Amino acid sequence: MVENRPLVTYLSHGILLAGILVVAFPLWMAFVASTYPPEAFNTGVLPLWPGDHFWENYSTALSAGLQAAGGVPVGLMMLNSTVMALAIAIGKIAISLLSAYAVVYFRFPGRMLCFWTIFVTLMLPVEVRILPTFEVVADLGMLNSYAGLSIPLIASATATFLFRQFFLTVPDELVEAARIDGAGPLRFFKDVLMPLSRTNIAALFVILFIYGWNQYLWPLLITTEESFYTVVMGIQRMVAVPDSEPQWHVVMATAILAMIPPVFVVIAMQRLFVRGLVETEK
Amino acid sequence: MEKRVVFRHAWLPYLLLLPQLAITLVFFIWPASQALYQSVLRQDPFGLRTAFVGLQNFERLFSDPTYLNSFQVTVVFSLAVAALSMGAALLFAVMADRVIRGAMAYKTLLIWPYAVAPAVAGVLWWLLFNPTIGFMAAVLDRLGYDWNHFVDGGDALLLVILASAWKQISYNFLFFLAGLQAIPRSLIEAAAIDGAGPARRFWTIVFPLLSPTTFFLLVVNVVYAFFDTFGVIHATTSGGPGQATTILVYKVFSDGFIGLNLGSSAAQSVVLMSIVIALTVIQFRYIERRVHY
Amino acid sequence: MAEIGFAGVKKSYGDTRVIHGIDMQIADGEFVVIVGPSGCGKSTLLRMVAGLETITEGEISIGGRVVNGLEPKDRDIAMVFQNYALYPHMSVYENMAYGLKIAKMSKAEIEQRVQAAAGMLELGHLLQRKPRQLSGGQRQRVAMGRAIVRDPSTFLFDEPLSNLDAKLRVQMRLEIKQLQRRLGTTSLYVTHDQVEAMTLADRLIVMNAGVAEQIDTPMAIYERPASQFVAGFIGSPAMNFLPAEISGDGRRLSLTHGLDLRSQGLDLGNLGGRTVRVGVRPEHLRLVDTAEAELHLLVRLVETLGADLLAHGHLVPAEGAPSEAAEEIVTVRLPGVARVREGDTLTLRAAEDSLHLFDPETGKRLADV
Repeated sequence: MVENRPLVTYLSHGILLAGILVVAFPLWMAFVASTYPPEAFNTGVLPLWPGDHFWENYSTALSAGLQAAGGVPVGLMMLNSTVMALAIAIGKIAISLLSAYAVVYFRFPGRMLCFWTIFVTLMLPVEVRILPTFEVVADLGMLNSYAGLSIPLIASATATFLFRQFFLTVPDELVEAARIDGAGPLRFFKDVLMPLSRTNIAALFVILFIYGWNQYLWPLLITTEESFYTVVMGIQRMVAVPDSEPQWHVVMATAILAMIPPVFVVIAMQRLFVRGLVETEK
Repeated sequence: MEKRVVFRHAWLPYLLLLPQLAITLVFFIWPASQALYQSVLRQDPFGLRTAFVGLQNFERLFSDPTYLNSFQVTVVFSLAVAALSMGAALLFAVMADRVIRGAMAYKTLLIWPYAVAPAVAGVLWWLLFNPTIGFMAAVLDRLGYDWNHFVDGGDALLLVILASAWKQISYNFLFFLAGLQAIPRSLIEAAAIDGAGPARRFWTIVFPLLSPTTFFLLVVNVVYAFFDTFGVIHATTSGGPGQATTILVYKVFSDGFIGLNLGSSAAQSVVLMSIVIALTVIQFRYIERRVHY
Repeated sequence: MAEIGFAGVKKSYGDTRVIHGIDMQIADGEFVVIVGPSGCGKSTLLRMVAGLETITEGEISIGGRVVNGLEPKDRDIAMVFQNYALYPHMSVYENMAYGLKIAKMSKAEIEQRVQAAAGMLELGHLLQRKPRQLSGGQRQRVAMGRAIVRDPSTFLFDEPLSNLDAKLRVQMRLEIKQLQRRLGTTSLYVTHDQVEAMTLADRLIVMNAGVAEQIDTPMAIYERPASQFVAGFIGSPAMNFLPAEISGDGRRLSLTHGLDLRSQGLDLGNLGGRTVRVGVRPEHLRLVDTAEAELHLLVRLVETLGADLLAHGHLVPAEGAPSEAAEEIVTVRLPGVARVREGDTLTLRAAEDSLHLFDPETGKRLADV
């Protein structure tokens, strides 16, 4: 900063530490809860320090799940989540790259119509048109399938918009140079545009993976078979037990497990993540 | 913005667009038009007959006290979430922008909640405020407040606000930090030479220059609070107690899937779509403007 | 053999015509520079030759073959861009080889051509680098190399030196000229910098607002500019222009402020009675004795350039108050040794045949005196 005031600096550090504490506290308590035996939750307020049932609770969750919630092992749910998140991320990136390329690098009749058809979807989150979308998927026989979990979610315009913005920043001279070098449209896409988009693709992948992993309402609606449960919606199945307190120790172990992959991705790929976030601007 | 140079090809662009257009039409445009269509129809309770009722579903909707209540809840909820998470995020961002030592570590430790699913965030805060075992509930009890979000609508609303705002802090923090770092150092230094202290510099220089970011985040946060918080609410309070936490998007879901009132649910979808479209247009204009810089 | 022909070439964007009809022939091996201010259509013209812009009307031919409908790759040309347009993710070698690879040339042949071009441009040690690891001058050379390896019949240059600093620009200018001489490849070169244009060109096209104002050798254009626009654009510092009138009998040329030029032996009978603009280059004004003087310059500002000295000021009457000074600023270029200070009044005379008369309406050249 401009001037050196130690007091202000200490204050800044203090506020930031307090902020981290506030942000991390719910997570810590979840972890603590996941380390106690079920009886501990009957005897009043949860302690602030972890207990000794870490292994028991996590292995129960991973391999068996909760009876009351259909007894789906969390391991299977995480596998389903992974498949769904990967399918959404990869699918979105693939179709968005192609359509953004068409819209930016070609002139053809109906171009603006296509453009707007795609961009209207920017405006319609799945939650808004949930019932009719559900009917379409049901009519197509895609309930309880990975295709049903992922395909309806891969056509958001966000990624298309990002790639369009990026393509517009690629200098025109590169296309001209490529044309003079004799490269046709597909060759230019493969040899020049794709390599140049590498970091954008990676950044977007991080964001979309998290987006896919954290889907909630959609899997909740279209999976009635336990074997297609994803972990985020599975937690709801675990806490929504009628007339009794949830089995907090397993629920929280599951919650922690559900958070590990996306949080790991965010922290491990922080630079790409921040870039993807700031550039998609949602 | 347009490209000066383009390729010419008769069918390739259509082929490239095909996957996205197909999915958009089948899963977006068609359902959305179905919602529009159903919003002017009414089915009898057994689903046997359907009649065209014009705008009646909308009229009913806006004379339905539970719907109007839901509107009110949504507005309070969204503004509270936006204010709370943006306020906290701005504070942290300003501090993180100040410190030199440990800035990266602070950043890392503040951004991870972004990765937490809204539903999971809701469950975490539920545990924290659980009336019998929750730490925060116990603290409040010590202070003489009997917290119970299963019974008290205000408590329930506060719970989902806290959980939703908590998750969104990371996002806002990153954007504020980026906004702050984009402010030229020389402006701050000029103000300092002019004799402005840190607080004055913030309110007269930094905050006004940050206003595009703030405006953008306001829109994003409202959109977030309107739609993405479905998971928080569904996993914790299920819209209750009573209708205390039934925001609009939750009501679309509960009237459609639980109440099976298709006409009303469709009409609600249409209202929500109009709101999203309005918000998106605002946001879109903002993005386009930025791109032209 | 690669002469380039333009026949009635026009270009419109919608209803806006940006090129109003160009006709010319460029001989095989000739170095032609198109120069003009930004927006004059010079780049558009070049891009039409390259095949990056469609031709609205007329024909362009390269090596006797009309190319209007041909793709850029089929025109046997190579182009060097202003910002180099190197593929950022490819090495120098890959950048140069890319076009050859697409043309399905054998690996050995590509290797041989790239090495030859790299040797010529002293890029041999940089072949594995990426463009971002190169300096501006090196990138410029790679862009040239990419053009050379194709062994085209024509080089097209689109302001290739504008992104370089002044010193490097002079050096690269020389290199381009030498290279073109060595390869003997027909070249079309676009620039807005008149020094670059003068030094590089065998022939020069001065363009203004979509029209070729003059096509000639650099010296011919310098000495006999066809219009006031060309006169003002070519030459640095720019030519001075002064409003004047020719007497009815064509024997007197008087500046609006009462000074007579060329008082002896003037015969402009055919232009008698006309209002004209007189143009005179700063380097053509000489310091003379008061008796011989045609112009009196009250110096307001002096710029010393070392070898030369530029004096800027207003014309004043031979005797009388400086308050009657004319508005136009006149610039004089004098040898650096001249002792001139601000406030001095200089007595000047224009060299023989160095006064250019232009029509004030059309800007066309009327006569030289």
